[in-house]
Amino acid sequence: MKEILAFDNVRLTYHTKRGEVTALNELTFSLREGEFAAMIGPSGCGKSTVLSLAAGLLKPSEGTVRLSGSIGYMLQRDELFPWRTIEKNLYLPLEIQKKNTPERRERAKELAAKYGLDGFLKSYPAQLSGGMRQRAALIRTLVTEPDLLLLDEPFSALDYQTRLLVAADVAHILRSEGKTALLITHDISEAISLADRIFVLTARPARLLASHETDFLSNDPLKRREEPRFSGWFETLWRELNP
Amino acid sequence: MKHEISSEHQRYLRRGKRKTVLVNIARLGLLALLLGLWEMVTALGWADPFLLSSPSRIIKTIASLYTEGTLFYHIGVTLSETLIGFFAAIVLGCSIALLLWWSEPLRRILEPYIVVLNALPKIALGPLIIIWCGTGSRAIVFMTILVTVILVILHMLSAFMAADEGKMLLLRAMGANKAQVLLKLVIPSSLPAFVSMLKVAVGMSWIGSIMGEYIVSRAGLGYLIVYGGQVFKLDLVMAATVILCFLAALMYFLVALLERKLIKSSES
Repeated sequence: MKEILAFDNVRLTYHTKRGEVTALNELTFSLREGEFAAMIGPSGCGKSTVLSLAAGLLKPSEGTVRLSGSIGYMLQRDELFPWRTIEKNLYLPLEIQKKNTPERRERAKELAAKYGLDGFLKSYPAQLSGGMRQRAALIRTLVTEPDLLLLDEPFSALDYQTRLLVAADVAHILRSEGKTALLITHDISEAISLADRIFVLTARPARLLASHETDFLSNDPLKRREEPRFSGWFETLWRELNP
Repeated sequence: MKHEISSEHQRYLRRGKRKTVLVNIARLGLLALLLGLWEMVTALGWADPFLLSSPSRIIKTIASLYTEGTLFYHIGVTLSETLIGFFAAIVLGCSIALLLWWSEPLRRILEPYIVVLNALPKIALGPLIIIWCGTGSRAIVFMTILVTVILVILHMLSAFMAADEGKMLLLRAMGANKAQVLLKLVIPSSLPAFVSMLKVAVGMSWIGSIMGEYIVSRAGLGYLIVYGGQVFKLDLVMAATVILCFLAALMYFLVALLERKLIKSSES
């Protein structure tokens, strides 16, 4: 399978008036097409920086970042524009990328219908529940048909119960659309329940500490949590993060 | 969605309505009381109507201005100066704020100038304005713009700068350029700030135009006030002030109406 994203010996140093901070150093990893990967690490270790680099919003101070294809970005909060209807929110990336054609809009509506948003197209974000809003944000990310999805802790602003459901929801949508995704999270069990591959980062400056391929029978996050090997994975990762 | 309204809720609504009615009655009553007292005190000779004027004399003065045919002339002069200054300041101020949002170097270079201009009492520029713009309406419009525009710039710039970071990141990740960020995010999200700015700018532009008419003018409500003061015709001063109150309130009311409309359409 072809590589969608590859970091090779990447260093990133932030410069401010007060000094410089090296967020990442000698970070090397790659992601193959169709993989659902999660990246975990101690808080403040520069996980979000990895996504900014992958999206091309930051340039590495050293090393190379190779991305083949287009990206879609999903953030902690849904970031739906409150003055636009859900439908108009879904068209936003099309407008930005000058792809706002009737066919693309039709495709966006199909996606919305497929994942249960068709009744809400004319509603404003404030009229939707947190879970539905996050689903709308995901569909918005999918309408441009990106090759790689970058998910920056997309569930952490939700309450626990909604979070489990939305995570399962997102995993289901991404897997049935056959998307490659890189999920950043600080929640170990979230990473285990969702990902095929888990990257573990060290504290700042972040390097790759370990890369695991999970071996679950199910792809459903809620079922995975019930599998006996779940706790084994949890313990492995816990130890790596807290040596 | 239609609900059956419970009798408890009906009582609650009725109570609320009754309170509003009472407040309105009290407001009107207070006005009537003040006007009545004013009229009585001057009519009974407890106070000199020459110094204090009185409601009936104000009405008479307005009526005589009307029969002389100058009432609407003076109102028209001041109103047009205020409105031209108001709209010019809005357009100019918003454009400058946009420019400052767009260019960080420009923002940093001009910041101290704007701060000083904001702090400066604009009336100090009166003599300069007379020399530059003459003694006609142009000088007054210029003063109105000067008083209002800085406020517009500061208010709108801070609104533009406050655009949501997360949404900015999202747009940039979608590949948006600066113009797209401006059109899709910064301007629409500044709409509520724009309307609240309009409310303040209405007041500022009245200050500007009347201040301008105090310095130089041959017509307008500010002129009537200054002229009335100089020749000790306090009836004229009071009459012009009352008209001014009505006009300023009317303009504020129109902006408030606009606000309600905009908020409704953005929430719908």
